[in-house]
Amino acid sequence: MDALQLDVGLTQGDFTLSVQEYVDLEGITAVFGASGSGKTTLLRIIAGLESAARGNIRFRDETWLDSAASRPAESRSVGMVFQDGRLFPHLDVRDNLMYPIRHGGRRGPIGFDKTVQTLELEALLPRQTTSLSGGERQRVAIGRALLSNSALLLMDEPLSSLDRDRKRELLPLIRSLPERFAVPILYVTHDVDELIYLARHVLHQNNGRIVARGRPAEVLRSSEFSVVEVQILSHSDALTVVQFGAAELRIPPTGSAVGDSLGLRIDSRDVILATSPPHGISIRNCLEARVQSIETRADGLVDVRLNVGEQQLAARITADAAADLGLAPDQSVYALIKSVALGSL
Amino acid sequence: MQTLELGPLWLSLKLGLVTVACLLLIATPLAWWLSFTRNRLRAPVEAVVALPLVLPPTVLGFYLLILLGPSGWIGRWWVELTDSTLTFSCAGLVIASIIYSLPFAVQPLQNAFESIGRGPLEAAATLGATPTRRFFTIASPLAKRGYLSAIVLVFAHTLGEFGVVLMVGGSIPGSTKVISIAVFEHVETINYTQAHILSAGLLVFSFLLLLTIFVLNRRIPIRYAN
Repeated sequence: MDALQLDVGLTQGDFTLSVQEYVDLEGITAVFGASGSGKTTLLRIIAGLESAARGNIRFRDETWLDSAASRPAESRSVGMVFQDGRLFPHLDVRDNLMYPIRHGGRRGPIGFDKTVQTLELEALLPRQTTSLSGGERQRVAIGRALLSNSALLLMDEPLSSLDRDRKRELLPLIRSLPERFAVPILYVTHDVDELIYLARHVLHQNNGRIVARGRPAEVLRSSEFSVVEVQILSHSDALTVVQFGAAELRIPPTGSAVGDSLGLRIDSRDVILATSPPHGISIRNCLEARVQSIETRADGLVDVRLNVGEQQLAARITADAAADLGLAPDQSVYALIKSVALGSL
Repeated sequence: MQTLELGPLWLSLKLGLVTVACLLLIATPLAWWLSFTRNRLRAPVEAVVALPLVLPPTVLGFYLLILLGPSGWIGRWWVELTDSTLTFSCAGLVIASIIYSLPFAVQPLQNAFESIGRGPLEAAATLGATPTRRFFTIASPLAKRGYLSAIVLVFAHTLGEFGVVLMVGGSIPGSTKVISIAVFEHVETINYTQAHILSAGLLVFSFLLLLTIFVLNRRIPIRYAN
């Protein structure tokens, strides 16, 4: 377990960042928040790129920042993947990847061949960086950061400039990195689906502060959608069957292995309620649930919170429907799930 | 027909090369600082660097004469050190040229460094490269065109300088009599043949130099938007 202790502050004009946090970095930890919440600034402070930052940073048994001194970025053993990749334009792909080996001075177990193979960079090696597509560019940037043999990898929205298909290619790769290269990742994103897919632990940042922390399902609780954790039971060509509480759900096929756990986002508008088990309809995913609370919104719609086993599910229905069903707390209902977003996959 | 007098041409070329070399060493750190500092002294320093662009060469020459003269700050120190005066000497001419051409070295380099920005340098830092490494492996190759511009401009400007040289250097053959002064004297004494030879020599040389550099400039692979 790699502990990162943060007690940092930074003021830039009107914006003030103040973060006191002890993070056990294991696998991928997400820093989540709307744009302007200071996520990138937090990452830059950890990397040593904000010279005006004050406070304390400790990683493992090393002090990176305290009142006496600030270690410069090159001595912090932290690699960073920037939003725009920041490949060196005067070097080709091979020389970009070789840069940390030739000029970086950090030594470690991550080697050129394994990195090139894992990230499928072989064909790109002789190319100029300007000829790369967005997805290729970020793959090279990730490879280069890995080859710096850092003890911690920071990623600043590395997929935000990519289209859906490119994201779909890169997400499983990023998810596998901590295990394959034995390096923890701190991953900044504003994309809920990315976060659910990648992270086991989330820091929710708002207006320069960490306002919540924990598992995605806890931190992201909202009336707009639910995040639920499921286990993969089986795969077939057209769909994947997962276990959700006591029930089974059919979802679009995923790349994850049987037995893996997976986060799913279920939009509240895609949850339909019934008071008796429905027959003769096309929706396959039907769960037994218990009403926890009912809340009427200003726009007339009704938010219903449900318990499914240990987990929570939110539904948004019309006031008419709520009245017709006669919903009341603690009532047993059937929740029909129209569609499931599987992270952004 | 008099013998060909090419001394002033060689002197000018030597002066140009020495000035270019000195200015690259001086202007690189100065341009670097101006590109990345947030210090409030930045604007005043930029203004001072640009002064030789607006001051008449005679004004600049006048102040340099006072500064470099035996009773000026730098001149007095030089006399103590070397037992000779700085004004009307080759060394004095080099110092004058450096100051006169300073903006022609600093400004292209500053533009080049600013267009690189912090991005690639920060990336190199997170990959473990020290500031010196970052300068030699990232900043200077990316600023290649800025260096080329600075070299051409400083060299050309040094070859062409007249007023400052006249004020600070005078016209001592082999020491301060550069080509522009020589041509001026030949014309004054209605020695048009020598004036033609020197002028044409300089014209052809300058053209060939600029041509070479512009051709080279096109050949340098442009792998990046600059």
